[in-house]
Order: sequence, then C-alpha cells, then structure tokens
Amino acid sequence: MRTFHRRYWKTTAAMLGVVALLGTSACSGDDEADSDGKITLTVDTFGVFGYDELFEQYMEENPNIIIKENNVTDLHADYVPQLQQNIAAGSGAGDIVAIEEGIVQQFFLSQGDNFVDLAEYGAEELKDNFLPWKWEMGKGPNGEILGLGTDIGGMSMCYNKTLFEDAGLPTDREEVSASWETWDDFIEVGKKFQEAQTGASFISTTVPYFSAVNAQGGTHTFFDEDNNLVAETNPVILESWDLMVRMVEEGLSANLPMWSDEWNAGIQNNVFATLPCPAWMLGHIENTAGESGRDQWDVASVPGNGGNWGGSWLAVTTQSKHPEEAAKLAMFLTSPEGQISAWNAANTLPSSPKALDDPAVTEFTRDYFNEAPVGKIYAETAKELKPVYYGIHHAQVSEEFRKALEAMEQGQLSPEEAWQQAIDGAKRASGQ
Amino acid sequence: MTLLRRGAAPPGDKEATSLPRPGNDAVTERERRQIFWTRMDLRVTPYLFIAPFFILFAIFGLFPLLYTVWVSLHDWTLLGGNQGFNWFAHYTRLVQDAKFWNSLYNTFGIFVVAVVPQLLLAMYLADTLSRRIRAVNFFRMGLLLPYLTSIAAVAIVFSQLFGTQFGLINYVLGFFGIDPINWQAGRFSSWVAIAVMIDWRWTGYNALIYLAAMSAIPREIYEAAAIDGASRMRQFWQITIPMLRPTIIFTVIVSTIGQMQLFTEPVIFGDVAGGTQGQFQTTMMLIFEEAFRFNNYGYGSAIAWTLFMIIVVLSALNALLTSKIKGA
Repeated sequence: MRTFHRRYWKTTAAMLGVVALLGTSACSGDDEADSDGKITLTVDTFGVFGYDELFEQYMEENPNIIIKENNVTDLHADYVPQLQQNIAAGSGAGDIVAIEEGIVQQFFLSQGDNFVDLAEYGAEELKDNFLPWKWEMGKGPNGEILGLGTDIGGMSMCYNKTLFEDAGLPTDREEVSASWETWDDFIEVGKKFQEAQTGASFISTTVPYFSAVNAQGGTHTFFDEDNNLVAETNPVILESWDLMVRMVEEGLSANLPMWSDEWNAGIQNNVFATLPCPAWMLGHIENTAGESGRDQWDVASVPGNGGNWGGSWLAVTTQSKHPEEAAKLAMFLTSPEGQISAWNAANTLPSSPKALDDPAVTEFTRDYFNEAPVGKIYAETAKELKPVYYGIHHAQVSEEFRKALEAMEQGQLSPEEAWQQAIDGAKRASGQ
Repeated sequence: MTLLRRGAAPPGDKEATSLPRPGNDAVTERERRQIFWTRMDLRVTPYLFIAPFFILFAIFGLFPLLYTVWVSLHDWTLLGGNQGFNWFAHYTRLVQDAKFWNSLYNTFGIFVVAVVPQLLLAMYLADTLSRRIRAVNFFRMGLLLPYLTSIAAVAIVFSQLFGTQFGLINYVLGFFGIDPINWQAGRFSSWVAIAVMIDWRWTGYNALIYLAAMSAIPREIYEAAAIDGASRMRQFWQITIPMLRPTIIFTVIVSTIGQMQLFTEPVIFGDVAGGTQGQFQTTMMLIFEEAFRFNNYGYGSAIAWTLFMIIVVLSALNALLTSKIKGA
C-alpha cells in the first residue's frame, strides 16, 4: 500500500510539475491589480523627457498611483521596433507610450484602434493648450484624440565655440547666425573652417543635416500624404541630398555614425564643430560632454528657415488596465504647467502656446551653453512652425537613407551608387 | 459485492475461475487495482517524467517551427495580418534576392574566419594544459571565465575597442604606424572584429572539451611512443589528433550550428542592417530585419526556413562524415 501511494504521489507531483511549468510560462506577465489597492502605471519613453520631478509630484498628490518609466535611448533602432511588436502583440506596451513625430502616422493613422480615444476622458476641452498643428497631428483617422502633445523640436544650430575660435571664425552667436543665412553659406563657412586645419571636422556626419533640411522643406518628405513613396522625385529630398553630397565632397564630415559611441566620444573630445540642435539635443550634448564641455558649445540660428525636428505625443494604449488613471496622468504631464516643468528639467520645447509665452521659457538662458538665451531662440520660431507629413514607413526609410549617407561619407560608395542604394532600400523597407 | 455461498452457482466471470484468494473480495479488488497501477506506473511514469520537456518543446519549439512554414507561404505582415496564400512566391523571391545571398556569404565568411583559428587555438591550449605545469587548475578555470560573461557585454566592450577614432585597438596599431582602420566599414575588417568577439568567448569552451577528451587517452600509448623515440610533436600528431577525432567532429558540428545562427555579436557591433551596405549582415540578422523592422513576416519566415534547411543539410553532412570515419 505504501509503495502504491508513494508512486501515485510521484505521478501526481510530476503532472503538477508540468502544469506548474506551463502555468508560469503562460502567465508571466505582471499582474497589475496590486493587493494593497495601488495602481502601477507604466510610461514608455525614449531619450530625455525630463519627467522625473513631475512623476514625484504626481505620486505625492495621488498616493494610490505608482509610476514606472521604461526609458530607451535609441528611438529608431530600439524603441520603435519594440513598441510596434508590443502594440501588435496586444501586450507589453506601457499604459502611456510616447509617440515621436516620425512615427505618429505609423501608429495613430494606421493603428489608431490600439489607442484610447482621450475624448472619453474630457480631452476635448484641452484643445487650446496646444499649438493647432500639434493638436491636429495627435488625432486618429476618424478624429479621435489619440495623442496629447509633449514637446516640439524647433531648430537651431549648435556650434563649438572653442573650435570656431581656433579656426579664426567669428564666435559671437549673432555674428555666427548672420554668417550662414542659407545652407550654401553654411558650406562656405565649413570650407573656411576646414582650411584652418584645426584637426577637427565641421560636421559629425551628414545624417542630422539631412533630417534638418528635409524638415525645412515644407509639406512632406519620403512619402506623400497618400503614403506613396516619392523620395525619388520629391524636390525637397533631391535638393537636400545634393547638399549632403556637396558637404561630403568638400570634406566637411568627421564620418562618425550618429548616436554611436564614437559619435558621443566625438562630442566629448571636440572632434566636430557644429550640430543641428532641436531643443531636445541640448540635453544630449550636456549629458554627453559633461562638466568638461561647459561653455564649449553655443547656440546660433539654423541656416534656411527654421523648421522642426522631433517632438512627441503621449498616448494611452488600449492594453492599459487603468485607462482612466493613465489618461489623467497623460493630461497632467502635457498640461502647460507640466510642459514648463519638463522644459526646466530638460529644455524640451513646449507645444503649448501658453507655456511658450511663459517667462520661464522666454527668459531662460542656458548656463551650460555660454548663457545662450535658448528659450528666446526656440520660442521665436516655434509658433510659425509648419508640420511635415512623414507617412507610416518613415522610420524604416530614414534608416535606409542613413546607411547610404554613411556609406558615401566613408568612401565605400560614390554619390550615385549611394543614392541608388538608398532608393532600393527605401522601396524594400516600405514594401513599394 | 457478491458473496460466495456454498452450493451457489459459480459466477460466470473470470474472477471466479482464478484460484481462491485469502481475504475477502474487497482485498482482491484492491490488489487488482494495485497491479493495474503498478503496470501503468512502469509503462507510463517514465514518459510522464520526460513529458515536461516534450510538452514545452512542442509548444515553444515544434509549433513555431511548423507555423513558420505556414506563415512563409502567405503574404503576412505585422500590421495587416494574413493577407492570403501565395504558394512559394517568397521562396522564388529569395533565390533572386541579392541581400539574401549576401547574408549567406557573410555567415559562411565569418564562420571560416572565426571557427578555424578558434579550434586550432583551443587545441593548442588544451595540449598545453594537459601537460604537467604549475597551477594547472587555475589556468583551466581561467579558460572558462570568458564563457561566463554575457554575449551582449562582450559585444559592447569589443565594439568600443574596435572604434575607429577612439578605439583602443586602433590606438595601439598607431604605435606601429598603421592608420586607423574603420573596422565596421570594410567587409573583411568587420568579419575579423566579429570573429575576435566570438573566439574570445568560445575558445576556452572548446579547449575544455578537448582537454577532457585528451585526459581519456591512455597514458600507456604515449609512454610506448616515447620509448620508441617519438618526439612530442609526433606524439601530438599521431596519437592525440587521431584519438580526438570524434571530439573534433563534435566541436565542428556544434560550432557550425551556432555560427549559422550568428546574431548578437554583429547586431551590437553595428545594427540589424549589418553595416552601411550589409557588409556583416548575417542571415539571422536579415530575418530579423525583414520580420521585425519591415514587418514582413511572410518573407522573414521563408528566410528562416531556408536557413533551417541549410543547417539540417550541414548537420547531415557532418553526421555522414562522422560515421564514415568511425567505420574506417
């Protein structure tokens, strides 16, 4: 009898083991219905949003809420593919996710049903809190309010003051701005800089300039508003590409792949002299160069006419188990006060007209950048910004152009071959 | 429950034909059950014990494997889902796809650049450590240390070492008057950088396998050879190598399968595109790029299955080779 029972017990244990194994693998997702009645809200972000203080404040005011931030540095290589998979899989995305300008159509227009219509929670009356185009771009295909604007990019040109001095160029930000009214002027300044043989290069890589010039071009870039790939014929892209070819042929580039460790080391070691600076880029330079980079960099206006690069929206996913609480948090973070707080923390340029007029923004000078009046520089152009339509495959296609530009810079491909590679890659990436 | 009474007709079932047992009917019933369960135990329990692996394998291994075939025969995107059966369209596209052939070329190229020196070096290390040297256990443990580090950490550190302008390796090469090499830009240079990462991690592992096999070779053979006047080199080539043949083939098979699926090191070295022109994009990276960056699941699955078939063929070739050598 004993042996029988023991064996019986063993079989049961083995079967239980199977069930347990299956069980753990099947429901490893964390259950958010905490026993102590606290609600955990997850916020997915990339880069620098400047939300730490706002989170603290919100958790103090709402003791039943715990906020967790999932932050990823690289937008295109990591954040977008991950978010896309989580959205498609129906789980894994945060309660609140940040949607960047380049992927806003990919998510809001073609996958709008994965996001909560914030009108249900009274977002309609927030309309005046945002610049009109920012408000419109946050809408879904049927006019649902899917995203609330956080920041906008704006545009300026950062320059390394010490290197400019070494090269015998003007260093005062007004004079620098005046020296490059157009991109042709910019290349001329670059030629002078290279002739001075400072050992540094005028630009790090053409990739950010390509983005900046494209964004200045007006209505659309690689795709038209019906999502047809028009990169091959769009004059904006053609002209911008030619400009990049000229920069490479004049030898202005340090050939450092953007966002790579080498590129960051280049910022620390003063290896390049200029960098297109949307507002959020200031934070990156400061964090990367650290104390030794203090007062190295200054901020001038960008050649051409302003433009916008980057900026985001916050959206609540339908995966969220607490959409109401998540919507409230998103509204708190994107309120004019929230945007001013983020501006103070990370200089992410507000998308709220009220915040843009606030003295905290307009009178702000950034100590790290030689006391540059960055608030004024950005806020001046912010209200006249025109949005650009990027299309649902923008993120993938800009990766193809990045690779082609880098191959051209590094001398692996002639400009014609690089263009062909970019176009072939773009067709493949967009499935057109 | 039936009671047997004297004079009563015997019940017609089998129970009655068996020998009368001590005890009452309840006991017989229990014993029968016991026999049943014992038999079941002997026959079924072993399967139950191995079942967890097979059930998990069926769910997470076999099912995805077969489902991938199904997906590869469809137009299937992440956003649009299944958009219809298209027979072998993906496979015919694959044959003409320059990017696929490029990725296969890279995979085999990195395999050769990485595995050949790796196994030779492992053999050399194993031979050295099989001799009587001081602190031999310390060195044997040291061999395994790189294997304990995470692949991602290795790849991140090595990617920085192989930096163009700020990398340590170019800095050292500078002392010998060599201009900075842009490791990621060239095809061969990127292969070398990736091969170094792989070898750093796997050489010690293979050396330990060789070492274990070497210690199983009887000492007498070496002693006899030494008495006959064979040099150490000769002993190595004519005793050690032939005796290690099965082990060498094992390591070759395992490395082949591993290398065909090379992914993490090159991805961290560059990204899934494998350099500006795909100089070091392996087939696994192409699968990932198609499926998860371009969201083209159908085509990604087709490549995945082709890669699987290539690995099967290579393994079969290896197995054939092994049995031939054993038979000889």
